[in-house]
Amino acid sequence: MFHPDYEIVIGLEVHSELKTESKIFCGCTTEFGGDPNTHCCPICTGMPGVLPVLNEKVVDYAIRAGLATDCKIAEFSKQDRKNYFYPDLPKAYQISQYDLPLCYEGKVEVEVDGEKKVIGLTRIHIEEDAGKLNHERNGSLVDYNRCGVPLIEIVSEPDMRSPQEARAFLEKLRSILLYADVSDCKMNEGSLRCDINLSVRKKGATEFGTRTEMKNLNSFNFAVKAMEYEAKRQIKVIEEGGVIVQETRRWDEAAGKSISMRSKEDAHDYRYFPDPDLMPIVIPRERVEEIRKSLPEMPDSRRIRYEKDFGLSSTDANILVASRKIADFFETATEHSGNPKLAANWIMTEIFRLLTEEEKEEGKIPFGPELLADLIKLIDEGTISSSIAKKVFEEMWNTGKEPAVIVEEKGLKQISDDSTLVTMAKEVIAENEKSVQDYLAGKDKAVGALVGQMMRRTKGQANPGKVNEILRNLLNEMK
Amino acid sequence: MALFKKTAHELKGLLESKEISSEELTKSYIERIDSIDQKVDAYLTVCKDQAIEKAKEIDKKRVNGDELGALAGLPIAVKDNICTKGIKTSCASKMLEEFVPPYEATVMKQLNKEDAVLLGKLNMDEFAMGGSTENSAFKVTKNPWDLERVPGGSSGGSAAAMASEQAVLTLGSDTGGSIRQPASFCGVVGMKPTYGAVSRFGLVAFASSLDQIGPLTKDVEDMALAMNAIVGHDPYDSTSAPMDYPNFAEALRNDVKDLRIAIPREYFSDGVQPEVKEAVLKAAKAYEDMGAIVGEVSMNIMDYALAAYYLISSAEASSNLARYDGVKYGMRTENFNNLLDLYKQTRDEGFGKEVKRRIMLGTYALSSGYYDAYYKKAQQVRTLIKDDFDKIFMDYHLILTPVAPTTAFKIGEKASDPIEMYMGDICTVPVNIAGLPALSMNCGFDNNGLPIGMQLVGKGFSEKKILRAAYAYEQSITKSFVRPSLG
Repeated sequence: MFHPDYEIVIGLEVHSELKTESKIFCGCTTEFGGDPNTHCCPICTGMPGVLPVLNEKVVDYAIRAGLATDCKIAEFSKQDRKNYFYPDLPKAYQISQYDLPLCYEGKVEVEVDGEKKVIGLTRIHIEEDAGKLNHERNGSLVDYNRCGVPLIEIVSEPDMRSPQEARAFLEKLRSILLYADVSDCKMNEGSLRCDINLSVRKKGATEFGTRTEMKNLNSFNFAVKAMEYEAKRQIKVIEEGGVIVQETRRWDEAAGKSISMRSKEDAHDYRYFPDPDLMPIVIPRERVEEIRKSLPEMPDSRRIRYEKDFGLSSTDANILVASRKIADFFETATEHSGNPKLAANWIMTEIFRLLTEEEKEEGKIPFGPELLADLIKLIDEGTISSSIAKKVFEEMWNTGKEPAVIVEEKGLKQISDDSTLVTMAKEVIAENEKSVQDYLAGKDKAVGALVGQMMRRTKGQANPGKVNEILRNLLNEMK
Repeated sequence: MALFKKTAHELKGLLESKEISSEELTKSYIERIDSIDQKVDAYLTVCKDQAIEKAKEIDKKRVNGDELGALAGLPIAVKDNICTKGIKTSCASKMLEEFVPPYEATVMKQLNKEDAVLLGKLNMDEFAMGGSTENSAFKVTKNPWDLERVPGGSSGGSAAAMASEQAVLTLGSDTGGSIRQPASFCGVVGMKPTYGAVSRFGLVAFASSLDQIGPLTKDVEDMALAMNAIVGHDPYDSTSAPMDYPNFAEALRNDVKDLRIAIPREYFSDGVQPEVKEAVLKAAKAYEDMGAIVGEVSMNIMDYALAAYYLISSAEASSNLARYDGVKYGMRTENFNNLLDLYKQTRDEGFGKEVKRRIMLGTYALSSGYYDAYYKKAQQVRTLIKDDFDKIFMDYHLILTPVAPTTAFKIGEKASDPIEMYMGDICTVPVNIAGLPALSMNCGFDNNGLPIGMQLVGKGFSEKKILRAAYAYEQSITKSFVRPSLG
């Protein structure tokens, strides 16, 4: 899809809103929404004379994110002011971190087309969010509710070589943040958004090309489209003898293209300097170890375990571990049913079919994993057939009733009584002369039609394997 | 004797013995302000009704036998950069001319807890930038000793109000000498506490790493009273020191026998007015006579202190004052067509010359490519200055210096020469850079009858020692507050 002589180089900056209840420097709620300017106080609106006090929870969450991505955790860190004027930035500086981020030198492993690849993380730092501008017909209004909501900015190395790799990275990172329970990563609420740094170069070149930056993409699909467009645009510019300008561009989803916002010439000088209102952040190693102990098993190690212990394919294991809630559901169902393959299949087919993307995330399944295990057991014991199981499953989904109860109420037990089936098979053979003749003439497939008839008569409650066997036995006797 | 002529501790006694009521006392101060402040121009806002209301409330509490704070019923006033809930806080700037804070500075909460009565808000150099109070956007405060002279700055209103006896005690703020130098020019006691001893929450920031609120009083005993009221850890200020603060009243002992006092050579150079030098050295002699050990020391880094101070304070100010952009509160220009215009015009119309000067200087010092050469270098010098002080404090308890090279100068005399004005901070600035406590008090008068101030500097959190030395000196010289004759 891209010019074969070129290589794409992508680095990402991901902003993720932390799950703390209160803001980073004051006690205001971080709850999403609310009427404009109802979640703020003199501190987060930067009134004269107010001072910030760091919410220690923010540091804990950032360390969690750092440990979950194999980062080193700084023993000594500080907060810096990033100075620039904008109406949604009440102090006219953002408290962020400049040269001593809380976490650094981490990594995230991704898999694209069966190829594993390690993407380096340069750093993770904490900062405060800005407010929001609402542009009205006769002016702009500022909503400061989001001011001071704690964010982590996760900066990757320029290690990705295709939009697909970048997407895999974003998905993996999201999954890790959800596992570590530091962010709810709701893209629609802006609690996960990314900036894309992209450049292209001739394959084999050692120097990076000039990069452009696209800011604030809040959907993986948009991000992929933006990267594809931008890569093609840059290659085209170079192929036509032009040069790439280092600039910030905006992805216009409606137009399907990126638009230049400002070039480096009028780029900001943020005049970073250590915020004198805040003390340095000193992180004792004990605190790091305590947080490390409290972290759940991360998706990568789970995937390896599923492959090893349950014999799942790498692809299936990957799908299951993407969401921690789903993975937990799978493990419990497996534990109770002793059949990981079936548990995995039911989750990836029937359950995923009925869940929206968002509900998958939340693991919003209307019944517990034990009930899925019960259903699997009924199949394994031969009490119900797979096709009946689907009906039972639908009923479970709608009512939350136990599968055994549903089978009992609806009389869905599998007919495995041979004499009943033999009697029925004789009737079917008598009524379907054509298929019988075809079979006897050597058309093996003709038996399928007869099996179908049998299944209809038993309303699917017969074991198809058994039916097949009985029919063949009777037909073979007629040869 | 008129009530306003008394000290805080004398009035406290009269209130406690119910010889006077707070209402009576407050009214006498309001009368004093009405009659004298048109000459001095110390106040920007006087809250008469609120003050009388509060005084009555405290009187009622006293009658009921309720527990009362240490400043119960005493009428005080504070610099207009300390946020007072519901009372205009302008920083003497057009930018905040109509700003009424919806919250209270922590020091105001503490003063309220001690049942003090707030008379009003005092004039200052705009955003506390200056050494003469001439940079106020609203009025020029006069020195009560000579109405043609400046009261010093930036807490000129706080010092002039004390010298003209328009409040029992006042609060100022000190970033590079802004309490000590006006206290010296006006002949009152002024103290800059250790950085972190008094909460900065609600003090409109000039330079966060240097700013500190402190009291101005008539005498050292009042200073101990005031200090007790305002020190303490504040969870709303990350730079506030969490520790047990002593009762400063214990420092009021006439005894300096164990004290070792250092006299740094560099503070007595040729740039210092001879009478000032003389008066401070005379004070040193007085300490020796009282049994203290006085020795001469050297502070080599002094030459760089001013440069470091003006870089650091301006850098921080450029960022701290960026929030005044016409978007949220304070002034907004009438003349703008777009966002950039709004910013530029608002800041052009709202800020005075000196504030703009420092914002530009600070912005430059922080800008990319210059940061290392200016801001970072200044921070390195800061460390060296701290080291210099530490070295001296290995052998000495206190350092004695002049507060300013000269006595109060004429209004307009230095207004056109900012550098000349900056030079006047040479004795006070190093103390802020090192975050140390220091007290300024009168130690004589020059040939024009203008007060001369001396400065006592101590180790971090050694306020008690400083107060003890100041008290002993005060006892040895005079026992009553020397006041200007304002007619």
